[in-house]
Amino acid sequence: MSFVSIRDLRVSFSGVQVLHGIDLEISKGEALGLVGESGCGKSVTWLAALGLLPGKATVSGSVMLEGTELIGTPRRRIEAVRGARIAMIFQDPSSSLNPVQRVGRQICESLALHRGLRGGVARAEAIRLLDLVGIPSAATRMNLYPHEFSGGQCQRIMIAMALAGEPDLLIADEPTTALDATIQAQILDLLGRLRRQTGMAMVFISHDLGAVSAVCDRAAVMYAGRIVEQGEIGPLFRTPRHPYTRGLFDALPDLDADRRRLVPIEGTVPDPKALPGGCAFAPRCTRASALCHSDRPGLKPQAGGGRLACFHPVPLPQRAEVYA
Amino acid sequence: MIRYILTRLARAILTILLVMTFAFVVLRLSGDPAQILLGPDAPQDAIDTFRARWGLDDPLWRQYLAYLGQILRGDFGTSMRDGSAAITLVLERVPATLALTVPALILKLGIGIPAGVYAALHRESLADRGVIMASIFGFTIPSFVLGLLLVLVFAITFDLLPAGGQDSWRHAVLPIVTMSIGGIGILARFSRSAMIEVLGQPYIRTAMAKGLPWRDVVWKHALPNAAVPIVTLVGFMVGSLIAGAIVVESIFSWPGVGRLIVVSVANRDLAVVQCLLLVIAATMVIANLLVDFAYGLLDPRLRSGRPAH
Ligand SMILES: Nc1ncnc2c1ncn2[C@@H]1O[C@H](COP(=O)(O)OP(=O)(O)OP(=O)(O)O)[C@@H](O)[C@H]1O
Ligand SMILES: [Mg+2]
Repeated sequence: MSFVSIRDLRVSFSGVQVLHGIDLEISKGEALGLVGESGCGKSVTWLAALGLLPGKATVSGSVMLEGTELIGTPRRRIEAVRGARIAMIFQDPSSSLNPVQRVGRQICESLALHRGLRGGVARAEAIRLLDLVGIPSAATRMNLYPHEFSGGQCQRIMIAMALAGEPDLLIADEPTTALDATIQAQILDLLGRLRRQTGMAMVFISHDLGAVSAVCDRAAVMYAGRIVEQGEIGPLFRTPRHPYTRGLFDALPDLDADRRRLVPIEGTVPDPKALPGGCAFAPRCTRASALCHSDRPGLKPQAGGGRLACFHPVPLPQRAEVYA
Repeated sequence: MIRYILTRLARAILTILLVMTFAFVVLRLSGDPAQILLGPDAPQDAIDTFRARWGLDDPLWRQYLAYLGQILRGDFGTSMRDGSAAITLVLERVPATLALTVPALILKLGIGIPAGVYAALHRESLADRGVIMASIFGFTIPSFVLGLLLVLVFAITFDLLPAGGQDSWRHAVLPIVTMSIGGIGILARFSRSAMIEVLGQPYIRTAMAKGLPWRDVVWKHALPNAAVPIVTLVGFMVGSLIAGAIVVESIFSWPGVGRLIVVSVANRDLAVVQCLLLVIAATMVIANLLVDFAYGLLDPRLRSGRPAH
């Protein structure tokens, strides 16, 4: 049985629907990548699952955590899941920490909450966690405030705080987007190492396909509030079938392949208030037919093991072309 | 931290000096105290004697220097009207004013902040709308209108409370209520928006994602952050503890600092007016220093000496 199972998750903000039925399974210990352009609903999916959306959001569908429903449960029940079973870290580490509280105290708060640790024991454990995520001289620096750390260090502190609850699943929502390239690599490395050490599952939300392929076993590609393709990293990256997935790869600069031109995806992401009638990607798709503009393809299991929502997928090449 | 305090102290002293100078010049250019105190029919030689006695014939700069010298010696001048020390006249009135402004401040804080925070936590509920409407009413109605209305209803129509004077605590009720309504409204409105702003910050989402119960998210993470902007407004209210009652004291004929200001200005009792302005400026400046100090305590980012907000 999957650890978390999302069924037909829908979210709207003040009447504008932004998630149109997400289905997703995550098994214990696995790492799933969630990719897609800005605004396609990657964050909203997981904020909805954890009940973290503001009051004006309407959420329907189901998110089961080992057989327990999370959507629509009383606040106390969902609070017991947050941090303890499923932890989440965010895109903007510097503003995600409370600016007027020492970082040590913020970590100890989680330790007290989830593991009942207090006083010196909590301090010692906080220092161990900070060491683990690579904050040097943790014993003294845990008395500093968030503004006294760099963005990358703040993200490490966020990760330490997430680890404090020993969660079974960590949602990393674009944990490296706000950081510069070398720091990004360090954080990715850290996340990979922690996952191997703790065996926790991870959902890695990112724009960065390279990072996803480095960290994840499986990936799901989202477009305009729907999953359009998902599968194992290997096949998905070698032979993307959805024209959108293919487009994401073509838009990547490639250091290995010489003189391959960057091909950006033409057009822009549709406005959630005015989605096209058929497949939401059809207006930007070079393979679209009349059918694509009138009907919407469902997400269907594929022979190779993945899932795909497309009437005219990119044909499988005779000899697999290697992208990743 | 030392530099932070020193720059602020220097600024405070400069502010007081500016207020003193300004008051000194304006008062001396806006009417002759001799004429006003002695009356329009006073004989010329009485006026001349008076002017000589108070040094009013000297050039302005010499008067000003003499005044500064006095202040430095701790002498705040004497009233031209009855010859008593100006500072004594002023300080005598302070307790009566504080008897109104301190309870009013407590009401403003005790009602305004909780109402605003409650409204922010229950956004768009009936309570929230109620708070918004009540606070708009509170800060738009001028205090002289509100004062007169309260007198009309509680003193004249129902005869529940006295309309003026200072004989018992019952006399203080209407002035205190009149004075606090506006502040409650402003503070409720301000606390509400400060709290809404903070609740939308990413670190609140982090606190929730940690699994903290909502109460703890509010008390441990949201309120300490919302306190930073609220303190500014509270500091301003503390700064007007002495001078904030002019209108209300006049309506309810309450013998406080406010009444003294009105009377002394009308009489051009120079030393008393200057002394009053000095005390008022000092209160505001001290309140400001306290605010800066509170900022440093509340927000570690400001301790490094950067300007507050
Ligand atoms: N609090 C909110 N109120 C209104 N609309 C929202 C809110 N949060 C998200 N949305 C909308 O929901 C849609 C999905 O947003 P989401 O944040 O999930 O995108 P994303 O895929 O995470 O993008 P990014 O890569 O930029 O983080 C967007 O159209 C966004 O405008
Ligand atoms: Mg996002």
